[in-house]
Amino acid sequence: MRPDLEVVAGLVEPGSRVLDLGCGDGTLLAFLHAELGCPGTGADSDAASLRAAIRRGVSVIELDLDSQLGEFADGSYDLVVVSQTLQATRHPDVVLEEVARIAGRGIVSVPNFGLWKHRAGLLVRGRMPVSAELPHPWYDTPNIHLATLADLEDLFGDLGFEVRRRVLLDARGQAVSGLRERGPANLTASAAVYLIEARPS
Amino acid sequence: MPDQESPDPRQRVVLFTPDDPLTLDGGSRLDHVEVAFETWGTLNADASNAVLVCHALTGDSHASGTADQPGWWDTMVGPGRPVDTDRFFVICPNLLGGCRGTTGPTSINPATGSPYALDFPLLEVRDFVTVHRRLMRHLGIERLLAVIGGSLGGMQALQWALDAPHEVGNAVAIAASSRLSAQNIAFSAVARAAIMRDPEFADGRYIDHPDIEGPRTGLAIARMMAHITYLSEQAMAEKFGRRIQDADEPRRRFGVDFAVESYLEHQGQTFLDRFDPLSYLYLSRSLDYFDPFAEPGATDALAAACAAGRGTTFLVASFDSDWRFATAHSRRIVRVLERARVPVSFREISAPHGHDSFLLDHGDYLATVRAFVDRAAEDTVGAAEGAVRSGSADPEGGRSDAT
Repeated sequence: MRPDLEVVAGLVEPGSRVLDLGCGDGTLLAFLHAELGCPGTGADSDAASLRAAIRRGVSVIELDLDSQLGEFADGSYDLVVVSQTLQATRHPDVVLEEVARIAGRGIVSVPNFGLWKHRAGLLVRGRMPVSAELPHPWYDTPNIHLATLADLEDLFGDLGFEVRRRVLLDARGQAVSGLRERGPANLTASAAVYLIEARPS
Repeated sequence: MPDQESPDPRQRVVLFTPDDPLTLDGGSRLDHVEVAFETWGTLNADASNAVLVCHALTGDSHASGTADQPGWWDTMVGPGRPVDTDRFFVICPNLLGGCRGTTGPTSINPATGSPYALDFPLLEVRDFVTVHRRLMRHLGIERLLAVIGGSLGGMQALQWALDAPHEVGNAVAIAASSRLSAQNIAFSAVARAAIMRDPEFADGRYIDHPDIEGPRTGLAIARMMAHITYLSEQAMAEKFGRRIQDADEPRRRFGVDFAVESYLEHQGQTFLDRFDPLSYLYLSRSLDYFDPFAEPGATDALAAACAAGRGTTFLVASFDSDWRFATAHSRRIVRVLERARVPVSFREISAPHGHDSFLLDHGDYLATVRAFVDRAAEDTVGAAEGAVRSGSADPEGGRSDAT
């Protein structure tokens, strides 16, 4: 399993009912079901990924995350996972509002556009960053809404989410621990995984 | 169509008798119900590899065939196909109310000694399931590995899971609906009007009179119209365009001139050889009234069985060019099941051929069903049989539409 998915799995309470938006081939949901007894549903729009998920016994629903999350009822899940997906949606704020409506609790994993390498590339070379984490050229990328961790945390606040946990990831997707975690995260982390909870309104 | 010399592949069994009659959902009783069905493959020792194929409105039990006698679902059912007759014991019965060997309105009414005609009771999709459950018991199958069907066949798969979730491990409902729209019912109404207003219908008693041919004109028109709803506008445009049939210049008369007219004429005429007008009325009417989620607590038994780990896992699929049962119909099924916490997967397959796509050789569609069925077999049959092929993760995924 991808290292960042292991970090996500580490934030899931056993037995919780999980909706995975942008579930891909269902690796995470299969793991959560087998290891933590979590029933779950995935949502994606890629045909090959959906077939792979079905083959491994994961329930997946083909839909467009930008327009069809209304299919899921209010409060019908304990947790919504949005892993490496938010930056590919047309309206990340609307997706997060749907997370609040469907579960009130989410795990959001994103790449950090504020990483020093990306900043340096833009400053020195004057080019949009292309790297292991952001491998696509600007004109042909699914990642249409890149943000820095600071930007994302502002949005969480604006939408009424509290950040319960934040795990910073290095370039390999491994959790950063110890001293390195204390640096300026927005400059040093390649990516981050957030456990967020909607404030009761 | 089987020709005269070919052996009849159908088996027959009487499942309900005067001592043990069939009580229909509407309350009527049938004292004698015979079912004609076909099977392929071998039932394994613990009867865990049985797959029931449900046919659609005008289908029959011949789902899988040979070069001489092709089946209507050879793309899906056969050796090495997604419903693999080398691995599974596959059953396809003819529907109650039909005209292909199972009791229907043209059968003899034991009370009168003549055909039922319109005295045959109205049927619900639930009645088809009741009869097929009895057939499974007759065959020694307590729990099906899967029920699979398209259109009315998919509606039966849904009803199976709602009525008997402990008897079916997996259900595949393709291009189906949980409730016909006004437009769907409207098409149905015109088809029935064509049949019933044909003077040769004679209130359904045409069947008693050898000198009356029956409402052949009406049935052909019903079929012509229905066939329009099975194809997408794009499929028709690609297949026929504005081509003129067997001529370079249009004849500019009222007879068949355009290729599409010739096609519909052919569809209407060939239908007469294999279908009965009364069966068309009864089976099409069963679709109109189908609305299983409207019943109070409709999903309760299914949800409870799923929670207990002995329920039904669903695959629902639609086609983006299908306007007869458009994707919204399938989404509604998925929404209701998902909210009842029934495990359900959904695919909207991109295919150009409209409702008929479910019968055609389309890579993404067949690969999706194969993935679901392989997983079902692995979970159910796998340990005991060890017969599940490995490495068949996605053999058809890359193939383009070949039909």
